[in-house]
Amino acid sequence: MSVTWTRRRMAFGRFWDTFRGQRPGVIGLAILVVAVAAALAAPLFIDESVTGVVRGTGPKMAPPSWDYPFGTDESGRSILLMVWWGSRTSLLIGFLAALVSMLIGTVLGIAAGHFRGWIGAVILRVTDWFLVLPSLITALVLAAILGGSTYTIIMAIGITTWPTTARLIRAQTLAVEARPYIERSKALGAGHWHVTTRHVLPNVAPLLLASTTLEVASAMVTESTLAFLGVSANKTSWGTMLRGSYDWGAANNGAWWYILIPGLCIVAVVMAFTLFGRALEAVLNPRLRKAGA
Amino acid sequence: MTLLELDDVSVTYRIAAGEVPAVRGVSLSLDSGAALGVAGESGSGKSTLAMALLRLLPRDARVGGRILLDGEDVLTMKWGRLRAVRWAEASIVFQGAQHGLNAVRRIGDQIAEPILVHGLAKPDEAAKRVAELLEQVGLPAWRARSYPHELSGGQRQRVMIAMALACSPKLIIADEPTTALDVMVQAQVLTLIKDLVAEHGISLIMISHDLSVLADVCDRLAVMYAGRLVEHGPSLEVFHDARHPYSKALAAAFPTVGDPVSRLAPKGLGGDPPDPMHLPAGCPFHPRCPVALEECSTLDVELWPAGDRRAAACVHVRSKEEAS
Amino acid sequence: MTETTETRTADPVATVSSTLLEARDLHVEFTSRGRRARAVDGVNLSLGAGEIVALVGESGCGKTTLARTLLGLERPTSGEVRYGGQPLKYGSKALKAYRRQVQLVLQDPTGSLNPRQTVYEAVAEGPRIHRMPDEAEVVNSALARAGLRPPERFLLRYPHELSGGQRQRVVIAGALALNPKVLVADEPVASLDASVRGEILALMLKLRDDLGLSALVVTHDLGLAWNIADRVAVMYLGRIVESGPVEQVLTAPRHPYTQALLSVLPESPERVVLTGEPPDPTRIPGGCRFHARCQILASGKAAEAGVDARCRGELLDILPASALSQAACHYADATG
Repeated sequence: MSVTWTRRRMAFGRFWDTFRGQRPGVIGLAILVVAVAAALAAPLFIDESVTGVVRGTGPKMAPPSWDYPFGTDESGRSILLMVWWGSRTSLLIGFLAALVSMLIGTVLGIAAGHFRGWIGAVILRVTDWFLVLPSLITALVLAAILGGSTYTIIMAIGITTWPTTARLIRAQTLAVEARPYIERSKALGAGHWHVTTRHVLPNVAPLLLASTTLEVASAMVTESTLAFLGVSANKTSWGTMLRGSYDWGAANNGAWWYILIPGLCIVAVVMAFTLFGRALEAVLNPRLRKAGA
Repeated sequence: MTLLELDDVSVTYRIAAGEVPAVRGVSLSLDSGAALGVAGESGSGKSTLAMALLRLLPRDARVGGRILLDGEDVLTMKWGRLRAVRWAEASIVFQGAQHGLNAVRRIGDQIAEPILVHGLAKPDEAAKRVAELLEQVGLPAWRARSYPHELSGGQRQRVMIAMALACSPKLIIADEPTTALDVMVQAQVLTLIKDLVAEHGISLIMISHDLSVLADVCDRLAVMYAGRLVEHGPSLEVFHDARHPYSKALAAAFPTVGDPVSRLAPKGLGGDPPDPMHLPAGCPFHPRCPVALEECSTLDVELWPAGDRRAAACVHVRSKEEAS
Repeated sequence: MTETTETRTADPVATVSSTLLEARDLHVEFTSRGRRARAVDGVNLSLGAGEIVALVGESGCGKTTLARTLLGLERPTSGEVRYGGQPLKYGSKALKAYRRQVQLVLQDPTGSLNPRQTVYEAVAEGPRIHRMPDEAEVVNSALARAGLRPPERFLLRYPHELSGGQRQRVVIAGALALNPKVLVADEPVASLDASVRGEILALMLKLRDDLGLSALVVTHDLGLAWNIADRVAVMYLGRIVESGPVEQVLTAPRHPYTQALLSVLPESPERVVLTGEPPDPTRIPGGCRFHARCQILASGKAAEAGVDARCRGELLDILPASALSQAACHYADATG
């Protein structure tokens, strides 16, 4: 129905109008668009070889210059190109880990909220158990056991961060399930699948979107931390660059660019995600925008 | 003696889409010791009017006209004076007693709070006053030590009334004080309110959409539609012999059990209340009116006299008066 | 502790013609904070085809639990719900089939509609669940029957764009879309404005006349029963204490509780305002369950009739599902 589409466009228009009022969110979104576009477009200009040790062409540990705007590392590779190429790994891990975490968290969160009785209780206990596990150490151990590929890092981060999402989704599910339209739906003959997918999920989705955005930021930080602690897929990411700068004593050598550039990249993108996520939350979470309606 | 006088009071909300006139030029007066019922459906402006009396409206509301309480204009009062007037001269009982009480404080402390805030008594005297107040609303004095969740809905509404009485106000404004209460509890609370008005000479403004309840408690009724008074007069007369078709519809909505006319014949009013931002021209009620004439869509209606101390804003009333 | 003395339960087989929905000796118990609450404590009730029955009582009397049990949303502890002469089965298939026969209308139309669904989606929910053909056609005709005409004007609106009365009509249309035989309406007008109230009640009467729809209306409002019901059943602490044709029960009530309920309506000449604790289903008193608050017993009239001891100590029979006027009261029995 084309009218449905018109209505959806209008709904999005209303959302955009409110969102535009959230200045930090707009700035965050702008940074993200630039970062993601740059990461996606990278293969058009450069390839993986910029991270190859043997291809290091410049002077080693050179400060920023015209040829190497962000300086070079211990092998003479351009920090600029490495940061550019490395953003692909960092963002990929961030997005996919958040996705994994979101999927597990949503399924278990809705199940824990929807099924009262022992099923819900068991899921809740498991969630709590994962919640109190020191997630960084668990991720380290998991990544060590599973071996170092990009996807094991993603799984390790995803598996350790879902409980917060599950908790959030469960609380929201309980709130939605208390509404009379759930009772009405059951009286109309709806089963578990119908209630959870048609009523609960659409109602938790906005919150989920906001929370996932924040999750991406935290996954990127975790990835960097893991990389810094020595667990990484053998691919250049902002985390592995920081690790490299530490290994080669960049701080002692006064090679500030080697530390600062990847560090700033992480800070900028993580901050952008956080700003964007907070703004989304403010616009979409009905409890935070009571006015109007 | 006149306690409260409203003179051309209007309330306009300013929202993003423009201005919403919620109350449009209401004039009323209330004698001390009298009880006035304000009726209307949601969106008629009745609750907005009640809130305006004590300037309890949100900031985006603009109030015009004059509200004289004991000769003093509430709208131009200084903030400090207004605070003294709230509670001490006039207090308000909200609907939904569940949310009006702080869940984690004993009800005795909550009743004593306005007394202490206004410095009307020392703490030990206040405790005595609380016991007295609880007695007045029909609760045992030891209930002062209870928490809200230990009380039933009706008891909580009684506590709310005790709070409103705490500073011996001259006027109580009750906004739907019995909605969401059971019939039996509703009867108890209404009896209590009636007794308070009769015994203590307190004036009452009661707001409800149930005309039968208002007629039962109040001396006079004022019916609001689309932000305006459409009828006022002695309550039994308005209830049994309404002059405005809207008041008639409201009165017929709650049937008298045993009345054969209403048996298996529920009466309602078609259509929906008008959008205050796009009020119909002429009489705002004409699109829903069962007895509308052609001129109703253009003619400006005002309150015309409709008998002894009565008025109604209906063209049928005017023509009848002119004829007689 | 008390049930053992319950004797002579009259034959609950209906005397109502063509009984559609029926509760037989229904009990529903909950455990709340370690205490057993007998929410429904022995109820016989029948609803005939094309009949409107009002179930009246205060909050906490078990009327909503009874309604939910009749809908199969709650399982009885003992006794049974029968539909069309067959006991209700609680398998998921059987329940789903039952949902096409008996539908629900809730008190709060605003809460009953998912704010993210359009009117079309809300009404189409039932037909989709049951995979009915010609969904759009079904939705349109249901909306029209619920008085939302022309339906096209409403299809794509969201609940917040409708008035309270229109929302309740959408809820009713959602139920009608399944072509049910029975509507169970829990306080269908309690949260609506006075002016809309009559419209919704008139709609229920019209649906009965046009479609032969039966309705069980749960309410605390006796005026509503007077407005639309054929029969009324008054419930107190989990039991029906008086039932019968509306004209008889509401103009000549025999049970003191019904008398008290009627007396507190505005405009009634003399008020009997009951005092005492509100009814608590975890503590049902022995003897007549109403005796602690009974004005007849308190005024000494019961003693005059010589039944006061029985009021305090002797349990009353469970009223059968009869269409005739009946009251569970020792005093009414003794004085005729």
